[in-house]
Amino acid sequence: MNTSVAATHHHGPASGIGRWLFTTNHKDIGTLYLWFSFAMFLTGGCMALMIRAELFQPGLQLIQPEFFNQMTTMHGLIMVFGAVMPAFVGLANWMIPMMVGAPDMALPRMNNWSFWILPFAFAMMLSTLLMEGGAPNFGWTFYAPLSTTYAPPSVTYFIFAVHMMGISSIMGAINIIATILNLRAPGMTMMKLPLFVWTWLITAFLLIAVMPVLAGVVTMMLMDIHFGTSFFNAAGGGDPVLFQHVFWFFGHPEVYIMILPAFGIVSEIIPTFARKKLFGYASMVYATASIALLSFIVWVHHMFTVGLPLAGELFFMFATMLIAVPTGVKVFNWVATMFRGSMTFETPMLFALAFVVLFTIGGFSGLMLAIAPVDFQYHDTYFVVAHFHYVLVPGAVFAIMAGAYYWLPKWCGNYYNETMGKVHFWCSFIGVNITFFPMHFIGLAGMPRRIPDYALQFADFNAVASVGAFIFGFSQLIFLYNVISCIRKGKPASARVWEGSHGLEWTVASPAPYHSFSEPPQVK
Amino acid sequence: MQRTPLGIAALLLISGHARADWEVNLTRGITEISREVYDLHMIIFWICVAIGVVVFGVMLWSVIYHRKSRGAKAHNFHENVLVEITWTLIPFVILIAMAVPATATLIKMYDNTEAELDIQVTGYQWKWRYQYLGQDVDFFSSLATPREQINNTSEKGEHYLLEVDNPLVIPAGKKVRFLLTANDVIHSWWVPDLAVKKDAIPGFINEAWAIADVPGVYRGQCAELCGKDHGFMPIVVEVKPQAEFEAWLAEVKQADQAKAAAAEKSWSLAELMETGEEVYNKACLACHQANGEGIPGAFPGLKNSPVALGDPAAHIDIVLNGKPGTAMQAFRDQFSAVELAAVITYERNAWGNKTGDIIAPAQIAALKQ
Repeated sequence: MNTSVAATHHHGPASGIGRWLFTTNHKDIGTLYLWFSFAMFLTGGCMALMIRAELFQPGLQLIQPEFFNQMTTMHGLIMVFGAVMPAFVGLANWMIPMMVGAPDMALPRMNNWSFWILPFAFAMMLSTLLMEGGAPNFGWTFYAPLSTTYAPPSVTYFIFAVHMMGISSIMGAINIIATILNLRAPGMTMMKLPLFVWTWLITAFLLIAVMPVLAGVVTMMLMDIHFGTSFFNAAGGGDPVLFQHVFWFFGHPEVYIMILPAFGIVSEIIPTFARKKLFGYASMVYATASIALLSFIVWVHHMFTVGLPLAGELFFMFATMLIAVPTGVKVFNWVATMFRGSMTFETPMLFALAFVVLFTIGGFSGLMLAIAPVDFQYHDTYFVVAHFHYVLVPGAVFAIMAGAYYWLPKWCGNYYNETMGKVHFWCSFIGVNITFFPMHFIGLAGMPRRIPDYALQFADFNAVASVGAFIFGFSQLIFLYNVISCIRKGKPASARVWEGSHGLEWTVASPAPYHSFSEPPQVK
Repeated sequence: MQRTPLGIAALLLISGHARADWEVNLTRGITEISREVYDLHMIIFWICVAIGVVVFGVMLWSVIYHRKSRGAKAHNFHENVLVEITWTLIPFVILIAMAVPATATLIKMYDNTEAELDIQVTGYQWKWRYQYLGQDVDFFSSLATPREQINNTSEKGEHYLLEVDNPLVIPAGKKVRFLLTANDVIHSWWVPDLAVKKDAIPGFINEAWAIADVPGVYRGQCAELCGKDHGFMPIVVEVKPQAEFEAWLAEVKQADQAKAAAAEKSWSLAELMETGEEVYNKACLACHQANGEGIPGAFPGLKNSPVALGDPAAHIDIVLNGKPGTAMQAFRDQFSAVELAAVITYERNAWGNKTGDIIAPAQIAALKQ
């Protein structure tokens, strides 16, 4: 019996470049995802800095409007599909098998494919920058007919790249669902799943539901551009608003795809550093599921100004406001978890606390945006830019960083440098707020989104925001340095890593062995 | 000022007023609806502030008092059904309180009936066309800020990027209905002081309305990404008392007649070139560039181009009727016969294009009919 176990036991990774190209190991693939995502984060970040540099003063000084539009478009696409989503998939790959007590993902070969599609998709997308006519310049929402009839020729490459990203996401999602439903350790019932696993399970279903919708809409674009159809061309009997309905039916759940796993990460971290069990585990699960369900019936709140009938406007306003309820439950539960705890403030906890506060501020502006008559004033202004950057940068991105610091000692067996981590946190925290808080003001004062130049009364706050953006951008290099030095050397970490850690991932050694559980652990 | 808290509150209020110049909040606007919208905005803002103070207050309390370094011991509770149900229900009640006034305002905003003046607003890349329905008044409105200011070679004016050549003029105190559509891509017509923002979508006609109470000049911008010059598509609305509005209307009609008469006289090459350059700089320069070379891959050049050097009829056709499926739009309605003839003549004789052709305004006037 023992010998047969030993014979089938795979002892470690292959060596050389082949390890990374052909790997089917969830940890290697998780690592690949995370590095890819970080590279994209810096790429998209450089584009953001170009935008902010141009907007530092009124007038056109550094880049021309055509290129400005290409930068806003590519920044959005890269951050959404290249940075935030792959980072979550990377964390899922690393942590879900360890958290449910499985040896690997359920479909390891497909896992390899779902990662390796991404570098090709993004290489193709970035190559459009070098093409005649330039890269896509119609915003990440690529509304037709600007993106069909009036687009540069590179839009065809953009469509193909989006298809590839969609394939990658769907394969990743199938793998995650199969892993969670099939490979749980004996005794781990659904209501014992760690919250990160729960949020990812729900996210994976969202992905499977909406990525085909995105694929559909870009295919319709392709048909309009090359095959003479008129889905979105009014002159041919088509409907430009149809594009927006289809896009946002994907796009709204997509924003929850980018935040639900963040809820999961924060729900792991806060209990650890408050040394208390998560308050309201069951209501957290129900709240997550409710948010996911509601996300399918609110897409029109992105389109309040397209000229809807009154009844439609009211329905989508009420449905959107409802999302505040389960989101509120989650925030209250996190605060209740901290209440009467025994808190310490290591870097992951700092990021998690900043997440709760700043995400809530983003939630408040979201609630304001839900009120249709007032949304007419906010819509497509910098107020919206402020809102979604508050939920996506100190929201999703901070949660990813919190997760990275939290699990880094488990991944590489060494502690990161805590002081440097705190410096990174404070620079990021201050930078983010200097960048995005003034955007509320310039938005309310009347500055539209996506303009390369602006009227004089917006000058001061724009200058402030640009300074903040550079602070935030460059402080990410501290993170990079800290991670690299943690991998190369650093104080060896114990299996438990954090005093208050809980869950199966902390029962294996640090660094985690190549195959975490060769014997399924018993969960009581 | 002896009671300090009151003094501080007063100071905050005063500085709040001084800050009006800094523009940190929505405008209260000049219509009943815009003021309702502003009040709604402030109510919801203060509700959010109140919730924020409570939630962040508890959090801050925990961070300060329940920290390990102060010897706090973790308690054991981790659920309480009653508490969890309460904080699900209370937000519901708050949301209903918000939804009631929001619904009332929205219903008012949707009442498009009984307008006293209808104006059709059409979005073009990158200008607005205003047609006063039933009034035979029709004109285009585009950015008036000189390119030198945008390119930082001259000092920026007070209304940098928020000024146009022909503002929309509406009467005060009258219900004006806007019918919004677009000619090429989606634009969005937004004037904050009127609390009107509606998308202008090709193939659709959207409705919005306003009763402006206070005469004056109000400025807005296109709010939907509509291509390269999205940032350079301002909207200026002049609200005039009824009598002044009527005088303005008569003046515009008279000017249109004068323009029609000018097409009948005979024009020299030099005169056409001069007018042509003005029109070119206003309408063509953004795409085809000052040197006539265009932007490779995006906008074709005119210098040495087959269109500008070839058959004049084809050149006239493309300027008048545009080229469907490209950014080249129909300029037939936007300019007078003289201006169109002048710009075509200019394009055929500038930047070393020496065809020597003179396009007669009368010829264009005939084509326009």
